[in-house]
Amino acid sequence: MKKAILWAPLAMFLIFAAMVAGKLYAPGDSSIVSHMVGKPLPAFALPAGMPDRPGLANTDFAKGKPRLLNIFASWCVPCAAEAPQLVELRKAGVEIDAIAIRDRPEDIAEFLKRYGDPYARIGSDANSSVQVAMGSSGVPESFVIDGQGIIRHQHIGDIRPENVPDILAAIRAAQ
Amino acid sequence: MKRAAILIGLIGWAATAQADSLMPADPMADTQLSDPAKEAQAKALMENLRCVVCQGQSIADSDAELAGDMRAMVRRRIAAGEKPEAIRAWMVARYGDWISFRPPVEPLTWPLWAAPILFLLVGLWLARGRFRRRGR
Amino acid sequence: MIAEIGLAALWLAAALAALQFVFGAIALYQRDMTMLRGVRAVAVVQALLTATAFAALILVFLRTDLSVSLVAANSHVAKPWLYKFAGTWGNHEGSMLMWVTILALAGGAVALFERRLEDRTLIATLAAQATIGLGFYAFLLFASNPFDRLDPAPAQGNGLNPLLQDPGLAFHPPTLYVGYVGLSIAFSFAVGALVTRDVGAAFARAMRPWVLAAWIFLTLGITAGSYWAYYELGWGGWWFWDPVENASLMPWLAATALLHSVTVLATRDGLRAWTVMLAVVAFSMSMIGTFLVRSGILTSVHSFAVDPRRGAFILALLAIYIGGALALFALRVGTVREGSRFDMVSREGSLVANNLLLSAILGIVLIGTLYPLGIEALTGGKLSVGPPYFNAAAGPLALILVVVMAAGPLLRWRRDELRALARRLAVPAIVAVLALVIVLAVLPRAHLLPSLGLILAAGVAVASVAPLWKRNLRRTPLFTWGMVIAHLGIAVSLAGMASESAFTQETLVAARPGEVHGVGPFAVRFEGVEPVAGPNWTALEATLTATRGTGAPMEMRPQARAFWAPPTETNEAAIRTLWDGQLYTVLGKQAEDGRWQLRLWWKPFVTLIWAGGALVAIGGALSLLGRLLRDRRAAQRGKEWWE
Repeated sequence: MKKAILWAPLAMFLIFAAMVAGKLYAPGDSSIVSHMVGKPLPAFALPAGMPDRPGLANTDFAKGKPRLLNIFASWCVPCAAEAPQLVELRKAGVEIDAIAIRDRPEDIAEFLKRYGDPYARIGSDANSSVQVAMGSSGVPESFVIDGQGIIRHQHIGDIRPENVPDILAAIRAAQ
Repeated sequence: MKRAAILIGLIGWAATAQADSLMPADPMADTQLSDPAKEAQAKALMENLRCVVCQGQSIADSDAELAGDMRAMVRRRIAAGEKPEAIRAWMVARYGDWISFRPPVEPLTWPLWAAPILFLLVGLWLARGRFRRRGR
Repeated sequence: MIAEIGLAALWLAAALAALQFVFGAIALYQRDMTMLRGVRAVAVVQALLTATAFAALILVFLRTDLSVSLVAANSHVAKPWLYKFAGTWGNHEGSMLMWVTILALAGGAVALFERRLEDRTLIATLAAQATIGLGFYAFLLFASNPFDRLDPAPAQGNGLNPLLQDPGLAFHPPTLYVGYVGLSIAFSFAVGALVTRDVGAAFARAMRPWVLAAWIFLTLGITAGSYWAYYELGWGGWWFWDPVENASLMPWLAATALLHSVTVLATRDGLRAWTVMLAVVAFSMSMIGTFLVRSGILTSVHSFAVDPRRGAFILALLAIYIGGALALFALRVGTVREGSRFDMVSREGSLVANNLLLSAILGIVLIGTLYPLGIEALTGGKLSVGPPYFNAAAGPLALILVVVMAAGPLLRWRRDELRALARRLAVPAIVAVLALVIVLAVLPRAHLLPSLGLILAAGVAVASVAPLWKRNLRRTPLFTWGMVIAHLGIAVSLAGMASESAFTQETLVAARPGEVHGVGPFAVRFEGVEPVAGPNWTALEATLTATRGTGAPMEMRPQARAFWAPPTETNEAAIRTLWDGQLYTVLGKQAEDGRWQLRLWWKPFVTLIWAGGALVAIGGALSLLGRLLRDRRAAQRGKEWWE
């Protein structure tokens, strides 16, 4: 008994070392995953982000077909990087709506002119309130919403070319 | 992030410039509620919510825009009469336990919350042999 | 050329560390104590060589030699010389070289000055110190070479993180590192004593000054770091229970416990195994802290330059050193008798209580910091453990600890009576009750912990000077003064923390020039915002005029700075220190309607937090001086004082 106690500090240290070694080799993801996936969209009704098309409300989603909800901003650099992929998804027949975070109509217009415009509707979230209600922690993020208005999939960060099939698969799964 | 760099004196940094929007901060992000009791409630809650952008800080002392928007939201909802605990639960439902600096009390965290008592008991048990009985 | 000299010196130092270990091992194996002189000399030369390497790196930084890749990555031609100098350790490789330099200097100092430790134990100690050095030399040379060249050399350099462009960088990391790495001496002493089975009062008396010296620097470093974060971050907070702060606090907690247990060992020859354990734990905490911060394992430090290979390297070193020391402990300490037993009500009893509480707090900080990692490893879930947990779990223990601190020095060694203690504590208790009445009158709705803190601080402040009561102050030994001042410092710091928490007034406003806003007893007039230029930044500077009652107006100029190399924005708070607190002002962003966001705080007696920390360090320094002087006098008399 007495002997065993003496080895306890070493045992505790070894547990610690094993734990951090595991973490070192599988660093994991430091991104904060939304816990809203699998739940219905929160109720919201955002004003139009641009004069040429309507704003966005949660009721726009529960219409039978899955849609991609892209959270972006004209001032966000990775958003410009993912724009070609969004255009490609649009061409593949995906319906895309957007929430523009802390943005102005003229900046959004300029951004879409430069990087392409895949959006059906754009809601303006001037104080990030809908973003927070969705459990999103930054721009860009994309959510797949099924035909009943349930959030089915979250993509954190910009959509790279290699992510496009995943998004398409998530859309198909939400059918 | 800044604090981390400063306090430990072990310094290094990655140049990941966090872009900011051109829009001004929400006025409620840095304006106190007129009722000091409610402001105190809001402040206490903000200090317990972790900033999702600069993960080491609470939203109460973060310069990130999203943290400012969360502060504004907390103040508005407290002003509207919502209880801090309800707002905290609402945030946890969105971001998980991660968002709150106060860990939940559940089977997985029982060891954590019991730690102070456990450590003291183990310490007393280890020290018991060191003491002489009185009156010898 | 300078860089190559530095690199060569580093290689040589590593070779000498190997030699030091081999010599030491042979001497111990053959029981040949004549080799001690040789081992001492090697340790000193090794320290000089490492210092040369460090000096070379400083020189390279001062000259902004951009052909050295570390300089190119972390410095810039257009930077004030102070930050070129301090920028030497404002990065991973440079700070690691500083770490190793202090390790080698610590070993060299032991080799030069340690005369009391038994020869065999001293050789084992120096061999252990060399072994630690060897691993970290390897880490520098193979995984973090600070002297790597860059070809072709860039014209400009990336610049230093502007947050670090502060005089604090010149002072804080070196102080903290001397503390952290100074604890390596205690570690090596413990390993040496375990090897030779020589754990006793004489060993403790030899170890005590070294622990004390490291602890003084650690105290200063943490205090300075807290103040630096307080004024640099611009939100008025001074401690956040951030994982990285916790990493700096844990060695201090262990060292403080060690400082007190080593006194029991030196005076009463008790707590032998426990003291050795603490000596191992203290430096282990330093190494674990270094590892956690540099491997990027903790989320709070995701902005650190992270390289999993480096993390794995340090983890391997930890496994060897900490694992080795703990295994040695388990194997050997069974043969070390725990020493004499104590009476519960006695000075020793209170020191055991001190160790118990400090260790429990250390355990809480450790488990709280690592728990999210454990949960993620087990379930994949994410969890945050922050201030609400640490305050609730460690706060009450800290307050009990403070009470023990007040009572301990008033107890006699060996055996005392509770009734006598109560008599000695009567005056402090009356002061605490008075404080309670005042707190209840002034602050009927204050929170429990700050109120308790204020009350205890008042009582404990009186109790901590009580050991001087009725003593001939001239003949009171210097180390008693040191203890009194250090304990008083804790009370002062506690008063500052409680006052800051209970009385801080905050005003957040969007203001137009000409407007007056109140914060606490002050009326602050916002005069306007002007652009100003610095050596490598431009800034918007607000002018504020603060007036209290009929007092003279004070001008304050908070800035929002924009640095261009690298492009970063920082807030420079304007802080005015008055006798009864600090006025803390920050300039925020401009709103759409042209108003400026201002953050104003009035923090009564907040300065006591750091003043208390400084007092603790001064107390430590007096204590150290007292011990050294007494030893010298004893040596001159030709015998030790306890004989």
